[in-house]
Amino acid sequence: MNPGGESMQSLPLGVDYIRFLPEIVLSIFGMIVMGLDPLVDEQRSQKLLGMVALLGTLTALAATLLMSQYPGSAFWNMIQVDSFSVFFHFLVIAVAALVILSSYEYMTVQRIRAGEYYGLILFGAVGMALMSSAVELVLIFIALEISSISTYILAGFRRREAISSESSIKYFLLGSFATAFFLYGVALMFGATGSTSIWQISQVLHSRVPLLAYVATAFMFVGLGFKVASAPFHVWTPDVYEGAPAPIVGLMSTGPKAAVFAVLLRIFFQANAPGRFWLIWVSAALSMTLGNVAALVQTNIKRLLAYSSIAHAGYLLIAFAVPQTAIADTGISSAMFYTVAYAAMNVGAFAVVSHLAGAGEHRVELEDYAGLGRRSPLLAATLTIFLLSLIGIPMTGGFFAKFYVFSAALKANLVVLTLIGVINSAIGAYYYLRVIVLMYMREPREETALPRVPIGVGITLAITAITTICLGLFPGRVVNYSLRSAHELVHPEMSATDIRRPSVIR
Amino acid sequence: MTTAIDSSILTLVTFIPLTGGLLLLLVPRRDRDIRIFSLVVTLLAFVLSLHLPVHFHRMQGGFQYEVNKHWISSPNIHYHMGVDGFSLWLVVLTTFLTPLCVLISWNSIHERVKEFFIILLILETALIGVFTSLDMFLFYFFWEATLIPMALLIGMYGHGRRVYAAVKFFLYTMIASVFMLAAILWLYSKVGTFDFVTVQRVIRGGNVENFGGAAIWLFLGFFIAFAVKVPLFPLHTWLPDAHVEAPTAGSVLLAGVLLKMGTYGMLRFNLGLFPEQSRQNAPWIIALALIGIIYGALVAMVQPNMKKLIAYSSISHLGFVVLGIFSFTAAGLNGAEFVMLAHGVSTGALFMLAGILYERRHTYEIAEFGGLATPMPMYAAFFLFIVLASVGLPLLNGFVGEFLVLSGAFAARAVYGILAATGVIWSACYLLWMYQRVFFGKVTQDVNNSLTDLSRREKIALWPTAVVALTMGVAPLLWLSMIDPAARTALAPFSQIVSSVVGQ
Repeated sequence: MNPGGESMQSLPLGVDYIRFLPEIVLSIFGMIVMGLDPLVDEQRSQKLLGMVALLGTLTALAATLLMSQYPGSAFWNMIQVDSFSVFFHFLVIAVAALVILSSYEYMTVQRIRAGEYYGLILFGAVGMALMSSAVELVLIFIALEISSISTYILAGFRRREAISSESSIKYFLLGSFATAFFLYGVALMFGATGSTSIWQISQVLHSRVPLLAYVATAFMFVGLGFKVASAPFHVWTPDVYEGAPAPIVGLMSTGPKAAVFAVLLRIFFQANAPGRFWLIWVSAALSMTLGNVAALVQTNIKRLLAYSSIAHAGYLLIAFAVPQTAIADTGISSAMFYTVAYAAMNVGAFAVVSHLAGAGEHRVELEDYAGLGRRSPLLAATLTIFLLSLIGIPMTGGFFAKFYVFSAALKANLVVLTLIGVINSAIGAYYYLRVIVLMYMREPREETALPRVPIGVGITLAITAITTICLGLFPGRVVNYSLRSAHELVHPEMSATDIRRPSVIR
Repeated sequence: MTTAIDSSILTLVTFIPLTGGLLLLLVPRRDRDIRIFSLVVTLLAFVLSLHLPVHFHRMQGGFQYEVNKHWISSPNIHYHMGVDGFSLWLVVLTTFLTPLCVLISWNSIHERVKEFFIILLILETALIGVFTSLDMFLFYFFWEATLIPMALLIGMYGHGRRVYAAVKFFLYTMIASVFMLAAILWLYSKVGTFDFVTVQRVIRGGNVENFGGAAIWLFLGFFIAFAVKVPLFPLHTWLPDAHVEAPTAGSVLLAGVLLKMGTYGMLRFNLGLFPEQSRQNAPWIIALALIGIIYGALVAMVQPNMKKLIAYSSISHLGFVVLGIFSFTAAGLNGAEFVMLAHGVSTGALFMLAGILYERRHTYEIAEFGGLATPMPMYAAFFLFIVLASVGLPLLNGFVGEFLVLSGAFAARAVYGILAATGVIWSACYLLWMYQRVFFGKVTQDVNNSLTDLSRREKIALWPTAVVALTMGVAPLLWLSMIDPAARTALAPFSQIVSSVVGQ
């Protein structure tokens, strides 16, 4: 799609590969996992393949560190390495690592064969990472598909359960439908502006905004809105989350979501896609309200967290409604902060859920959490931290995230939207509180001993809980980093000098 | 040397309980050790907090012991703490009551002891933080942080319908306080800082855009959060439930300190930031306060349950505080603050006394008792002393505050004073009548004959409240001399400033 046809002939620079290194590392490790799977016997494969996959994510984190030293664009301006993409690389790869860690014991308990499972997580991470650095709509689409197809399969991994297959098929059919919308939007945008590069679109839209661009934006938002589970494209969420394996729900609800939010940020704030205000406004208000109200009556913890994730997508979208002016920085940075805080608390919450679920995931009703405070004080205390963070109680990342988003919105004079958000977070308190009440104030339904917390889950919980608390008490560093990224995103010419470098190297 | 202490004392007092709570995680589960450790921590916080009144510069209106450090650069949030005459005493009240709570929970809490004391210590930090923070983000931070420990105390260690009470308490206060959050954020978006002092200065300078239209909504946003906490009629329905089901220590802190967060907030934020709107809205607020005084007293009168009676009496007493605040007179403000402190001490003591009885008989029903003065003479004496203090007998603490509030109310408008004065009479009725039914006459039920009198530990817990109640009644100037400058500072923006109380 690159109009500069002759540039296609030249070879990419060596440094381009460094700017793409995390994705390369993840793909290689994914293939190693797939290749090893038939070679080792089933008993030993669980641990070994998990370790390889974990090693892959850690190497990818190191690669991201290396990549961050080489800001700039690569592969004929298809990929952009800036603080923004580094931020999301860290986030999604860390999420993948934590999910792999918390899956060890789960796989044994559920008797799931490990090989493709870990491989697919790594491939999914490739897609998510690529989404955050792609600045080319077609490449974004490819990245989106890589990540989506992995999650479609992962959602159906509890093969013995009909509900899991239902989840997978539902997700696949609706998801393909949604990505088709996105692709249609991309095509329309190409028609409207003559390009699929975020830069060129931005330049064209700067001088004139054709009507078609509005339609294109709306179509792209339909596709991406589906992926982040924002209303009115949220209907799939509870069913899919209920059926999918619990650690995978932890992944689905944070990793791809964060990546898609990154794409939305690029499209709205970097490419300047027009007409976002009302799209976002309506979707945010609906998501918060529908998510919270529906969550009030859930009796299954996975469905409850599914509706809660819809509500949180709504809070996050508030940040997208800030106008493209001086305050855009704050809006973008608050959205970025929110994705991190949400990832920490949600991955943690689902780690607890997957640990407690037991064989066949039959302990996922809220009633199963009764008396947890007595049976396992530490586990209950950790889950309490995550739930308090989801409510938005001070001292947690969730609080600061919400606070930051609302504060950015009020700066942009979005008083009504903020009020809807504030009232919703009060409503939301009720259903999270119900879980806490069950854990501490009710007698356990069964007195069976709980399985010991295995080391993988333990590490995941420790990391996510500490992150949640630290984000609440000392958010300064993350906020500053995200502010800088936001600034680079909106004013790329001021930060990265070699963006405008000619893409043709002869 | 003193400056180093002065600038770190508030941080120390605030976070010592939290540190103690975290250390408690490491203490092995031997209940006795845990209790002693908690007692030591809370006493340490109390002793340190005495530094505040001792080295306070009296007759000075502004904030003292200030510490102002960068916490988060964007949004612009500071770790800004400081106290004036209002907040200083509320800090001391908190640190004074918490060791007593530890003592009174010594035996009554016998399972999940460690968790109980950890929660109690976290709650103490949050409560102190509310009174010491001068950055509105920090304030909201502590404000919300009080919710969870209190709800857990009620829900985990309470009686009967404890879960219902805990959830009701949580939801009421949480829902109301999000409006305050919205108001704080709006102010931040216009002023660019959460710092209370700066925001106040900017508002008074008239430099906030769109302030005229938004001010009333901001005022109400703050007010609703505080009114639920106080609680002001008709938002009071969570209070009786919470009190009746809470464990004794929970009730003591709830009545003694938590309710004052609301009235303190009105003093600090409603009056401090929105003097104009406070004046405009005073009539209906005073009307609600008066209804609260009389309604609370009348409902208290007919309660068959001792704890519920004390709970409704709190609604009545807190009505006095709101009345004093919105009378905009120096006497009213001084009185309001004094009633807060006096009510904290004497109602805290009443709840401890009720809890002592509950430990022995497992009921709060007044009808279950009668003639208790015979088997428990010491207990009866303490109870009488505290009842008299609460009723407002001259030379005891209740009198001074109510007198000041009433004189302030009369100065504002005679009818306020007349109506409120009936509340004093009502309170004598319901408390003394309750006292008569519980303690006088013959012992009506045989079980009550064998009740043991106060143990040494219980006496240790009760003596300080009695001594403080007497001291506050005899030498109120010890307190008022620090409160008055703060009251005058708070009233500075109001045109009619009645001459200071202390000077006369």
